Order: sequence, then structure tokens, then C-alpha cells
Amino acid sequence: MTQTVAEPEHLRSAFDAYVADEKKIEPKDWMPDTYRRTLIRQISQHAHSEIIGMQPEGNWITRAPSLRRKVGLMAKVQDEAGHGLYLYSAAETLGVSRDQMDADLMSGKAKYSSIFNYPTLTWADIGAIGWLVDGAAITNQIPICRCSYGPYARAMIRICKEESFHQRQGYEIMMKLCQGTEEQKRMAQDALNRWWWPSVMMFGPSDADSPHSAQNMAWRIKRFSNDELRQRFIDMTVKQADYLGLTFPDPDLKWNEERGHYDIGEIDWDEFWTVVKGNGPCNRQRMAHRTRAHDEGTWVREAATAFADKQRARQQQAAA
Amino acid sequence: MTAAVARNDQALSQQDALYDYCLRLGDNALILGQRVAEWTSNAPTVELDIALGNQALDLFGQARMLLDYAGRVEGKGRSEDDIAFLRDVLDFRNVLLVEQPNGDFGQTVVRQFLYATFASALYEGLSQSKDEELSGIAQKAVKEMAYHARHNGEWVVRLGDGTEESHARVQAGLDALWPYVHEVFEADEIDLAMAEAGIGVDPASLKDAWLAEVTAVIERATLTLPETDWHPDGGKRGHHSEHLGFILADLQFLQRTYPGAQW
Repeated sequence: MTQTVAEPEHLRSAFDAYVADEKKIEPKDWMPDTYRRTLIRQISQHAHSEIIGMQPEGNWITRAPSLRRKVGLMAKVQDEAGHGLYLYSAAETLGVSRDQMDADLMSGKAKYSSIFNYPTLTWADIGAIGWLVDGAAITNQIPICRCSYGPYARAMIRICKEESFHQRQGYEIMMKLCQGTEEQKRMAQDALNRWWWPSVMMFGPSDADSPHSAQNMAWRIKRFSNDELRQRFIDMTVKQADYLGLTFPDPDLKWNEERGHYDIGEIDWDEFWTVVKGNGPCNRQRMAHRTRAHDEGTWVREAATAFADKQRARQQQAAA
Repeated sequence: MTAAVARNDQALSQQDALYDYCLRLGDNALILGQRVAEWTSNAPTVELDIALGNQALDLFGQARMLLDYAGRVEGKGRSEDDIAFLRDVLDFRNVLLVEQPNGDFGQTVVRQFLYATFASALYEGLSQSKDEELSGIAQKAVKEMAYHARHNGEWVVRLGDGTEESHARVQAGLDALWPYVHEVFEADEIDLAMAEAGIGVDPASLKDAWLAEVTAVIERATLTLPETDWHPDGGKRGHHSEHLGFILADLQFLQRTYPGAQW
């Protein structure tokens, strides 16, 4: 990307043309401030979601029902921590520090995906999260692999590969439950009942209520509208649930021959906004947990810094 | 040497001894893995969360191989899961050290360091075992445990020689766990029978080298080697601390609540 044009308007139009041409923006390239801020918000929010998401799933590691499941879940939660780290690094290339992002998460200034404010009550919830939540996340994230911002796009390629493995693992957990005892089927059905609508809401408000969509599309941050992605997820998932023999908590769900898609009932956006604004079942618990872990770790981080300082001083002394 | 007495009047077949020996190794890995896994989403940094998760995964991997093999040695058709999820406290054979609570990060790091330093020496010996299966498992595990020993040893030094607070905390962790070290090196009839058969390693034979290695790290960390005349034991014959029952309640809850279900 050339930086020879002096006028911001010219820079801006050069930038617009550059991204419209499907070229990647790299950290040292000039970019509009809004582009930078949008990406910082989106990438850090995505990173925070990975980190907070470790809580509801981590909740079941010590109680996983077999050693194979335990190892699978432990590895999955670790992948999420790893995704959090790549994404924090991608956001750092835009000029925000990790400490700042941590602070914004804990002060409540930065958001994370609302889906993780729902509780994992039974083992089936681990299956449902993998199947539905990771399924929705992949639907959202595959187009981001082509995002105009290079570091984000590259991080997403690896993340999507791992997420698709998680999704299969989640579906396999559900399949085993649905082939199991009546109690296991009940668990599976109840998990679908509780996770379905929150998963559908993961795509965000309808296009009509999503003010930044057009700009983000033009900038190649976003490729498809929230409703298009939501529809893609629903069409894919309904068939998978049929195969499991599970039903949806939506009497209006039906195939629409004319559209070639499934129709669903009305989404309860009041619930969505209630959870976004902090009044979901676990918002307080998740934030308190994150803050406690951070606070309890302060002495360890301070010790690591103090030790590194001492080491440096000793090396300088030895060299002198 | 109370552990030896418990089995004195029983003639142990080599198969029984090997079964018990595998349980000891497998249970140490499983129970320590459970403890380490409790750190998930609770570590001081995301990087440390991942490092702890890696350790838990290594330990669970070792547990699976060892308990699966124990089941085959026993010859009653029990799977790794039957053995992990359907035994009660009295049949668990891990040492008390691995079931001790995480405490703060300093205490956890000390526990992992003390155990991994022992386990890497043990697995190094076992990699020469006449039992091919055990030797194969040990060859994989020795690399993992040597890494755990190094990683946690570095943290012992960093915390010991960090701030006043970190020094005090990690010393307190060391003081709390030191009494449990004794049991780790206590050889009983089963250990000795396995060592004699060229299958196992006499843990007592590892103690001097272990102590030298641990002392070097403790000195670098500016910590003090604790002195104690309290030497709790009993884990290897099923007499545990009160903690194990709660670990098992977590570990086994689903298998116990839904007997026979497949997951």
C-alpha cells in the first residue's frame, strides 16, 4: 500500500480502492481510524469470547464421563485459550496493548459473546456447545478468513480449522447421547432446548438494526449480512437435529419451499439485549471469575517481572 | 515401612503385583491430572493456563495407557474407564502428594516440580523395563515428565527469587508439601518384587539423585529445604487423605449416576 498521497481524502479513497480490489491491509499500512477502531473492537471482542468461553466448558473437565471425553474437552478448552492468544496478538498489531484489552474486559467496557452467559448444567451442554455454538461461530468466521486485515484473516484460518474439529466433536457427543438411555436423550433434548435460541442470536441483530453493516461490507471486514449467515446456520442445523431425532423449541420452524430455506419463529430480541446489557444467567459469575483469576494471579505476574529485572541486572553486572 | 506389612501374609503372584504397580503409576497420573485440570480458566495468565492444560493432558494420556494396561494385566475385561470411574478410595493406589489441593499457584508449581522430578527419573528407569508394554509407555512419559520438571523448576526459581511475597508463598507451598515426599520413595513389597523381576524400579534407589536435583533448584530459588519428622503415607495401599473422596466424587459422578451408560 503506497503512502505517497498527502491528503487524508486521497488516502481514504486509495484505501477503499485497495480493499475493494481484495488486497490485504498489513499493520504498518495507513488505514482510516474507524477501520482500525472497528477491527480492534471486533478482534478483541472475539478474543474475550474465547477466554470467557473457557469457563462454561472448563466447568465439565473434572466431571467428563470417560477419559477419552476428558482429554477431548481439555484439549478443546486449551485450543480456545490459544485462539484467545492469537486474536489478542492480531489486535495488538493495531496498536492496542494486551493490558488495555484485559482491563476493558474486566471493567465491562469491552463485550464478549453473550452465549457464554448461559450455564452448562449437564454433560449434554458440552455436546450442544460444540455442535451449536461452535457451528454458529464457524458460520460466522469462515468469511472472516477473507477479511481485508491480514493478521486477522490469517489467525482465522487456523481458528476455523480447529473450530470445525470442535464442532464434529460436539455433534459426536450429542449422537452418543441420542443413541443412549432415556435419561441421556432427555439431557440432549433439554440442552438443545436451552441452547437453540441463544445460538440463533449469536449472529446479532437483524440487518435492519445493524447500522455499521454497509461500511464493514465495503471494507471487506464483513462478507455476508447477519441474517444471511443466520439462515445458513439454521438450514445446516435443522437437518443435523433431524438425524439425531431431536426437536426444536420453535413451533414455527418449517421448510419454506418457495424460499428454499427454513423459516423460524420470532427471535426474542428482548432476551438478547437483556443478556448483552449484563442481566443474563451468568454475566456476573463470568466476570467475577475472570476478575478473581486475574487478581489472584497478580503476585505471580509481579514476581515474574521482578525476577526478569533481577536477571537482567545480574547479566549487566557480569558483563561490566 | 508399614506398607510392606499390609501385604506380608499374602503370596503375591507376579500378575497381581504388576496390576497393582500399573495402578500406582496410572492413579498418580490420573489424580494429579484432575488436580491440574482444576486450574482451567483460573491461571495467572492465559499462557500459564495453556501450560497447565498441557501438563494435565500429558498426565491424562499417561493415565489412559497405564490403566488400560492394568485392565489387560488383570484379565477381567475391565477397560480404562471401568478402572478409573468405578473404584472407590480404598482401591486407589496413588501417593498422597498428588491428591493434595492446588493451593495457590506457588504451591501447585512446587507439587508439580517435586512429583515430575521423581516421575521423570522413575520413567527413565522404567524405559528399560523387561515388560515391553511398560517400557513403551515409559519412553513416552519420560520426555513429558522431564519437561514438566524443567518448566515447574523454572517457576520455583522465578517465584522464589521474585518478590518478597512470591518468595514467602512458594516457601509456604514447599513447607506444606515436603512431608508428602517421604511416601513417594518408600518401597514396599510390590515395588521390590517388581524391581527384582526387572519390571519396575525401586523408588528408594532414586532418592539421592532426586534430592540433589531438587536441592539445586531450591537453592537457586533462594528457598530453604524444610525439615519435618511428619511422614504421612498409606496411599499405595488405599489409605488416603480426606481429599481423594472429593476428587472421586467429581471424577466419577456421571458414571455413578447413570450406571452402564455409554458416553
